Amino acid sequence: MPERRRPQLNVHVQGWLLALPAVVLLAAFTHVPAVATVIDSFFSTPHGRRPAAFVGLDQYRTMMADPIFRLALKNNLLYALITVPVSIGLALAMALWVKGSIQGRTALRLAFFTPTILPMVAAANIWLFFYTPDYGLLNQVLRALGFSSVNWLGSPATALPALMALTIWKEAGFFMVFFLAALQQVSPVLYEAARMENASGWLVFRRITWPLVMPTTLFVAINALINAFRVVDQVIAMTGGGPNNATTLLLYYVFQVAFNFWDSAYAAALSTVLLLVLAIVAFLQFFLLDRKIHYR
Amino acid sequence: MNILTRLTIAATLAVTALGASDASATDITFYYPIAVGGPITKVVDDYVAEFSKTHPDITVKPVYTGSYQDSIVKAMTAAKAGNAPDVAVLLSTDMFTLIDDELIEPYDAIAKSESDQAWIKSFYPAFMENSQADGHTWGIPFQRSTIVQYWNKDAFKAAGLDPEKPPANWDEMVAFGKKLTKRDASGAVTQWGLEIPSSGFPYWLFQALTTQNGAILANQDGTKVAYNDPKVVEALQFFADLSQKHEVMPKGVIDWGTTPKDFFEGKTAMMWTTTGNLTNVRSNAKFAFGVAALPSKVRGGSPTGGGNIYIFKSGDKARQAAALEFARFLSTPERAADWGIATGYVATRPDAWQTDAMKKYVSGFASAAVARDQLKEAVAELSTHDNQRVTKALNDALQAVLTGVKPAKPALDEAQAEATRILARYQP
Repeated sequence: MPERRRPQLNVHVQGWLLALPAVVLLAAFTHVPAVATVIDSFFSTPHGRRPAAFVGLDQYRTMMADPIFRLALKNNLLYALITVPVSIGLALAMALWVKGSIQGRTALRLAFFTPTILPMVAAANIWLFFYTPDYGLLNQVLRALGFSSVNWLGSPATALPALMALTIWKEAGFFMVFFLAALQQVSPVLYEAARMENASGWLVFRRITWPLVMPTTLFVAINALINAFRVVDQVIAMTGGGPNNATTLLLYYVFQVAFNFWDSAYAAALSTVLLLVLAIVAFLQFFLLDRKIHYR
Repeated sequence: MNILTRLTIAATLAVTALGASDASATDITFYYPIAVGGPITKVVDDYVAEFSKTHPDITVKPVYTGSYQDSIVKAMTAAKAGNAPDVAVLLSTDMFTLIDDELIEPYDAIAKSESDQAWIKSFYPAFMENSQADGHTWGIPFQRSTIVQYWNKDAFKAAGLDPEKPPANWDEMVAFGKKLTKRDASGAVTQWGLEIPSSGFPYWLFQALTTQNGAILANQDGTKVAYNDPKVVEALQFFADLSQKHEVMPKGVIDWGTTPKDFFEGKTAMMWTTTGNLTNVRSNAKFAFGVAALPSKVRGGSPTGGGNIYIFKSGDKARQAAALEFARFLSTPERAADWGIATGYVATRPDAWQTDAMKKYVSGFASAAVARDQLKEAVAELSTHDNQRVTKALNDALQAVLTGVKPAKPALDEAQAEATRILARYQP
């Protein structure tokens, strides 16, 4: 009996040892900081000789009364609500277009994918020059058409849409690749049958293509939504959250509170809320959409 | 198991090797940011090399830490991890943040000899305003600036103005601006009269307007602000009127970074920006340009800006003494002059302007002395406890008014209420 139990124990130890590097990395860089963040959010920010004190839900009460937090949340929801569907729609349209056998298909695919290759900060800097008042590309086009110059990033009404445009431009090409792969998985037999039934193009899309790429759509939607709440690079590079917080998004506000205001406890509370929002989004999508998805 | 044991031993050895250091010389770390163009790291490396020649017992490790914002983040996080730099150049306005976290040592606590005391008194008083609080001196001016106006002499000539005469007061600025603003047949503007940037840190440029209107935004101890003082409201109304009523300046927020480019491209005939841009303008403007002190209203004036040298608490007397020695070395008249010529910053002490190198530089390029001459009217840059939060309240108000979202008075009342709330716990 003892001879039989020893190897059994070893298997467990071995298993854990094999998993150890991954467990250590995940714990050290994801789980421990996440838990520590939640704990920190119930304390005050330590300063000099004043150590952190337990303040209960004070940070969350401050947050509820904080107009910039509410604005950041609103901006972020708007940002997600617009960039996610638009970039998915665009990605699907582009994928449908470059799927067929048209002239210069490879070049077209490459062109659509190029924005994805650029680092966000580089892309933001390019777009910064598109948006520059007077001599920026966009304004030169407007002028040639007889309109007056618009201060895209300098007016509260246009600054956030300007950032959204950059995001859509950058993400659509990336998502297109997923749709392209999904479209190639759809059996041509279905399309042949549809053609024999003389179904219209729209009917084919609605009844065949759309349901069959649904798993990809869900995957892309979750990614896009998470990305929408993780936006920070282009805000820092292009507007710094201005004018008057018009482009302040949640993560950027967390960054500002943590590293400009040095209020680490409040930043922890904000991060906790951000974490919660993302968790809710992910769960909702999995549970609500899961049922409507056609898996083969 | 065998491999694991070996790995453990190797790791232990590595840690021991990294942890051990040479204790014979005093090692100090020096953090510095770069905020202007040019081969600045080389200049700093040369200073350090020169220092180690005359001080063989001290080893300085210079660390380039990025922008001002990156630098304060690095210094604060390093300090919180118990690994603070010994000396660092950080924004003069970061002073209260550093004091409140008890990270820096006041100079008067370590610089006690008579020559040390004389050294602390040798800088322009306008710069020292952002170095002193609660009766202590916390920073020594290193790379400091003021705001100046640049004007395009060719554009002045084309508009029928005297190219040698920049606006001396607000009324002239508006009048000149109207003449300089050119529109094409469709009414679209092809050249603006003036640009005062308002992105990022609009409070700094706005502070020039409030100073000229006779207001002071914060007290010396950084515990009170006067955002809704009637003179401040008036100054903000004027700032907004420049674009909304007089139409001599573009509407909305004007980007700090592209303002010099707008000037080079002839999109604006006048601009306000830091004297630190002087070398940049000199090498990029394809037309004759002038540099002058800012126009006045009830008085002239500009806030100062830029970075100070701070000495961090380390609890180690030898390292603090070495840090002080290095700070003194960086701020001798000769080095202050050299640094000013290399970067465009204002040399921080009067005797630096008496050095041969500086005299020669100014005689060939008179614009270099404009910022210095403006110093007698300069005021401390807005700086308080919880500084970035208190200034953000003002920044938000400014941008709201400049973009036409709110009128000046209620916006500043709100900013004042927010700042008062934040500063409540710092009241004596």
